[in-house]
Amino acid sequence: MTQPSPQKAEGLFARLARAKPTKPGEIYGVPGQGNTLWLSACSIALFFFVWWLVTFMGWVKPLFVPSPAAILAKFVTVWNDGFTGTPFLEHVWISTLRVFGAFILACVIGLPLGLAMGMSPVMRGLFDPPIEFYRPIPPLAYLPLMIIWFGIGETSKVLLIFLSVFAPVVLGARSGVKSAAIEQIHAAYSFGATRWQVMRHVIMPSAMPEILTAMRIGIGFGWTTLVAAEMVASTKGLGYMVLSASQFLQTPVVIMGIFVIAIIAFGFDLFMRFVERRLVPWKGRM
Amino acid sequence: MGLHIEDVSVVYPAADRRPPVEALSRINLTIEDEEFVVALGASGCGKSTLLNLIAGFLSPTSGRLVLDGRQVAGPGADRAVVFQKHALLPWLNVLDNVAFGLQIQGIGKVERDQIANKFLGMLGLDGFQQSPVYKLSGGMQQRVGIARALTCDPRVLLMDEPLGALDALTREKAQELILNIWNDTHKSVFFITHSVEEALFMGTKLVVMSPRPGRITHLFDLPFSRQFLGGTPARQVKASPEFIKLREDVLKIIFADEEAAA
Ligand SMILES: Nc1ncnc2c1ncn2[C@@H]1O[C@H](COP(=O)(O)OP(=O)(O)OP(=O)(O)O)[C@@H](O)[C@H]1O
Ligand SMILES: [Mg+2]
Repeated sequence: MTQPSPQKAEGLFARLARAKPTKPGEIYGVPGQGNTLWLSACSIALFFFVWWLVTFMGWVKPLFVPSPAAILAKFVTVWNDGFTGTPFLEHVWISTLRVFGAFILACVIGLPLGLAMGMSPVMRGLFDPPIEFYRPIPPLAYLPLMIIWFGIGETSKVLLIFLSVFAPVVLGARSGVKSAAIEQIHAAYSFGATRWQVMRHVIMPSAMPEILTAMRIGIGFGWTTLVAAEMVASTKGLGYMVLSASQFLQTPVVIMGIFVIAIIAFGFDLFMRFVERRLVPWKGRM
Repeated sequence: MGLHIEDVSVVYPAADRRPPVEALSRINLTIEDEEFVVALGASGCGKSTLLNLIAGFLSPTSGRLVLDGRQVAGPGADRAVVFQKHALLPWLNVLDNVAFGLQIQGIGKVERDQIANKFLGMLGLDGFQQSPVYKLSGGMQQRVGIARALTCDPRVLLMDEPLGALDALTREKAQELILNIWNDTHKSVFFITHSVEEALFMGTKLVVMSPRPGRITHLFDLPFSRQFLGGTPARQVKASPEFIKLREDVLKIIFADEEAAA
């Protein structure tokens, strides 16, 4: 009699559910371990292939889904001739300025405020209600208020984006304060550290991973709010470009605008991931 | 002079519908200068609580602690702590971790690196100055923690199961290392362990504690560390009839406590 091989006996699901054997020198069981570059490339390629196929075979009208080639052609035209009289790069520049301006402002104010809220019950008590109150409200809902209060100029646009970035940044910094182990804090105190030194040398560095994550989430919200911010009385910007193109049923411009926003946002996210690897290589390691 | 713990009780307040916990009840203990006091006892008998009191991380519910004539009112650089775990700073390399206390005290970079290097050499960590601490083995991390505590030249060294995570061989080496450092630097030491053999070998005074409420039930004066420092090999000290006899006696006390708890 032959022994049944254990592989067979286990069944497919058991094998899928089990952790994979590691490569030499790798740690067993780290969640999500493994390189995803190839799979990502495949997923992107598949996306474009399906898109191309659908338009090439004429399954949907170009008005609904223009072909990739049409988008590219449109991009070249807009790049050369601009959109509604404004050069393409100026649209990009204006929007980038609004989003990053609001983002930097939100970080400069939000990170210290979040740290302070984590450190001090007084600050937490004071600022928790307003932030938690406005955080779940969609920016479109208070856009009219912004316009009534701050006019249709740059202020209300940047402020709207600022508000959407601000809440996640504050909350991230606030919960980051809790990252330090009490032993690390005690160690500092037992060397005679002041409260400020503990903050500076233990709590802030250990909050870095959460702060960086919060910044990544925050800038994502910023780009999400861009179109809303450029809805009223804009003549420039990527959000404006997408919105006005959609009013004239210029679908290629809409899709192109979406791609440009996505590429800029993704590029910045890659940069933030790079910063994360350089700044906090110890994240989750101790 | 020395550290005097006078009639100290600690009650952790009630929380989440659990009753208050009397972690320590009327503790009296003196740690003289240059004494090596080891605390031993069943889990939950209040050893860490006692260490946190001495370190100043916790205030007593009643009673007082006096160090060198002054009442303990919070943590301070005269008492350094070696934690069981999680106390190194992963964003700093080994050298900067060891120099961390000196940095807090405002010592310049050059001087503090020099002092840190001295203690790294003493603990056999030469060549690891630039390594990230999270890439060290558990035993090396523990030695970094000990080096860091020593750099600021504290009066009292407080260690909460510092060797608990080490394998038998590394552990015995670390015991001898700590004894030699203690002998060279003349510090007072308060040392917590779960190992009876370690307690007997290292201490000059053994404190046996019992839980519910946490209290000191036995005190022993120990000769063994002095025998080792006097030149007798460690294995020979640990194999002597007096050592074995005392080890069995202490084990009996602790087993009785554990059984009463079960
Ligand atoms: N922060 C706390 N809040 C409430 N109860 C606590 C707290 N810390 C400790 N205790 C309780 O106090 C008692 C003593 O705890 P302690 O940590 O001092 O014991 P220990 O002797 O160090 O134990 P071990 O050997 O397991 O480390 C235990 O019953 C524990 O549950
Ligand atoms: Mg303990």
